[in-house]
Amino acid sequence: MTDQTAQAPEVELYGALKDKEPPKEPRSQWRDVWDQFRKHKGALIGGGFLLFITLAILIGPLIWTVDAKQLDIRNKDMRPIYTALWDSTARVSWVKPLGSDNLGRDILATLLAGGRASMAVGWTAMLLALSIGTAIGVCAGYFRRLDGPLMRFTDLFLSLPILPLLLVAVTLFRQPLRANFGPETGMFILIVGVIGITSWMQTARIVRGEILALKEREFILAARSIGTTPAKIIRRHLLPNVISPIMVSATLGLATAIITESALSFLGVGFPSDFPTWGKLLSDAVPRMEDFPERVMLPGILISLTVLSVNYLGDGLRDALDPRIRGR
Amino acid sequence: MKLRTLLMGAVATSAVATVAVADGHAGERGRDGQLNIIYWQAPSTLNPFLSGGTKENEAASLVLESLARFNENGEMVPWLAESIPTVENGGVAEDLTSITWTLKEGVVWSDGSAFTADDLIFTHEYCTHPESGCASVSYFDGITSVEAEGERGVKITFDAPKPFPYTAFVGAEAPILQKAQFQECLGARAPECTDANFGPIGTGPFVVSEFRPNDVITYVANENYREEGKPAFASITFKGGGDAVAAARSVLETGEFDYAWNLQLAPDVLDRMEAAGKGTVVAAYGTSVERLHLNQTNPDPALGPDMRSVFMNGENAHPFLTDPKVGQALSMAIDRQLIVDVGYGAGGQPTCNVLPAPELYASTANDGCLVQDIEGANALLDEAGWVDSNGNGIRDKDGVELSVLYQTSTNAVRQDTQALIKDWWRQIGVETELRNVDASVFFGGDPGSPDTFQKFYADIEMYTNNFAGVDPEAYMANWLCSDIPTPATQWQGSNIQRFCTPEYDELVEKMSVTANLEERGELAKQMNDMIMQSYSIIPLVHRGNPSAHANSLGGVKMSDWDSELWNIADWYRIKN
Repeated sequence: MTDQTAQAPEVELYGALKDKEPPKEPRSQWRDVWDQFRKHKGALIGGGFLLFITLAILIGPLIWTVDAKQLDIRNKDMRPIYTALWDSTARVSWVKPLGSDNLGRDILATLLAGGRASMAVGWTAMLLALSIGTAIGVCAGYFRRLDGPLMRFTDLFLSLPILPLLLVAVTLFRQPLRANFGPETGMFILIVGVIGITSWMQTARIVRGEILALKEREFILAARSIGTTPAKIIRRHLLPNVISPIMVSATLGLATAIITESALSFLGVGFPSDFPTWGKLLSDAVPRMEDFPERVMLPGILISLTVLSVNYLGDGLRDALDPRIRGR
Repeated sequence: MKLRTLLMGAVATSAVATVAVADGHAGERGRDGQLNIIYWQAPSTLNPFLSGGTKENEAASLVLESLARFNENGEMVPWLAESIPTVENGGVAEDLTSITWTLKEGVVWSDGSAFTADDLIFTHEYCTHPESGCASVSYFDGITSVEAEGERGVKITFDAPKPFPYTAFVGAEAPILQKAQFQECLGARAPECTDANFGPIGTGPFVVSEFRPNDVITYVANENYREEGKPAFASITFKGGGDAVAAARSVLETGEFDYAWNLQLAPDVLDRMEAAGKGTVVAAYGTSVERLHLNQTNPDPALGPDMRSVFMNGENAHPFLTDPKVGQALSMAIDRQLIVDVGYGAGGQPTCNVLPAPELYASTANDGCLVQDIEGANALLDEAGWVDSNGNGIRDKDGVELSVLYQTSTNAVRQDTQALIKDWWRQIGVETELRNVDASVFFGGDPGSPDTFQKFYADIEMYTNNFAGVDPEAYMANWLCSDIPTPATQWQGSNIQRFCTPEYDELVEKMSVTANLEERGELAKQMNDMIMQSYSIIPLVHRGNPSAHANSLGGVKMSDWDSELWNIADWYRIKN
């Protein structure tokens, strides 16, 4: 009996140290990120749209198998099928759901093919710019001796006017690249390369700033005091902490690359004239804007929406990746 | 002094008299203020001898003048000469070996100095200097001497009878330079005289006040212009650059500019803009032919600058375009009528000749090309041994693939044409890579740029060319072996496709000594046919040349035989 009464408070004592409810299941960092990200409606819609566009341009040509370069003079100047809703006299046909241009090329097919080119240029140029920018930013921020030269180098690039530089680069490198990789791949490498090496500077500056602040923090001091090598400090402690600004500049970089490619196509110095990209579709359609507004609107809307959704996505990611904002 | 005042008075009265009968737009010089002209290809120099380009010739034609010009009907009008010399009035020698012009009285340069025979003598010397790379040298072919005769006479002597002696100092391509300004700029030093090349002193109605290469030129009225009350405009802004659509819109829809040149736009686009009611599209049919040039030399980039597209007496021949069968197949595959329908409308008609007009000179021997024949083209290539032996869809022979790089200037109509032609060539097993170059660069003539039409670093290129004036002799002399652009001539020269046969050179020679018009027509046809049957040129469209002017601009008389701005001294503002 006494044993029993003596035991009861003992149980209570241990019980006070235990949770009254069953413990929550453990949460990973990425789960927190996702929860925060989900709260950002714009980011969610943007991400969804980007996914949709990417899938459409990757899988679309397998379903809509019309060749984007195929001329079909008899079916030229068709309007999109929806025009029939308000204009019963318009030339429409289910064969060309989004209409055809003045040489009879199918607009849906050219949009899909153009999207492939534009997105490929955008992603590749962005990744290139990102890796250059991050490398330079981290080196400049972490190694004091490199800071001056690298930042002056960045200033040098910042002061280069991009379009004239591009024109010169196209003149100089078009031939050798074309000879080695063929006209379209050669031009792709050239455009991606030039956009990449002229748009890394913002990333480098942002990353350098963050690194400068981070490397004075205690956890870096602690890491250094136990003899961690600079390479490991950068990889384990610094890079994970600057991931959020890098993500943001990545999304901005993707948008800029798509727009720069459009500008180049618009000026007629990009890909060959029969190679569709969104920018080129847009510029080709401008003279007939009044009669066939959809030829300007469709690629224009696609460019704008893609860029916008990428920006929203970046915004949401930034919020989600920053532990200080998370949860608010 | 007394005599001079008297003369001035006489000139003034006669001018007033003529102006008074004109339709109510007379008045003092500069009364109509500002005129805005847009040429969407910007001129890079104002010295027409250093550039073969139309834009440079036309921009310079406001300043530099010649002895005679061609009006809208292709007739010669005496300009700095008192009259057109002929055999009948004794100006041309009976044996056709010399012509004597009489300079108009009272003509002065815009700096006030007198215009004399010395300037003509100097211009001849300037352009025929062996190191100058003068673009208009063919206009001075066969001239042995230019000399002053009497007070205002200039005698031009030829080495042989010259049945059409109105080439040198006639039209926009061969105007007269001022000796005092250019005498230090002979030969290889010609391109170095920047001040003179950018601001030539002339006798024309306007004077250059500022020249920004490849951008804007501003002119003001020439105070020393020989005709009282002309020009009506006090200043001109001559804007270069942009593209044809923007230029057309600026005249036809927004009215910012008064005159826009060379609006090669799709017919539906131009019609709709004109409907805005601000301006009018005018077109002149001359001798313009949109054509393909097939490079007869090897443009392989691996060859390096000394050999690439350089003519070396047949040693550096193109791997397949020198075979007329290939050229013929390329030509047969093209549906010219469709190109006209898509890109030219009323501004063009299909043609099979590089010399489509005047009628006397137009051949009918090649008209078979008007019908597209893809099957025939395929059969022709099969027969010539070009077959697809490796199954990649492209015909080949001895390891050479029928794969061409096809370049032209950036222009929506040309890019549409390129797309159409590429599609037809695909159907006959020829692979085509398209390329377009900004028009200012393509036609810029800069020897340092790899993208000019003269350098021809491509297999096939497309553009329009024509000749000013009505006699095709100088034009047909374009394809002499000696006129091939090479590094030695600073890439100047008009034989763009590098065509060279001794027979053709002989015909050119023969034409230069034939006076009878009928015979000249026959010779021109023969030469045309010779080039056509070599298939080094594939003509596509005989083009009318559309320009647009504001409805408030009067006096425009478009001539395709000379500079479009040939009579700008007579332009005026219509007042409502």
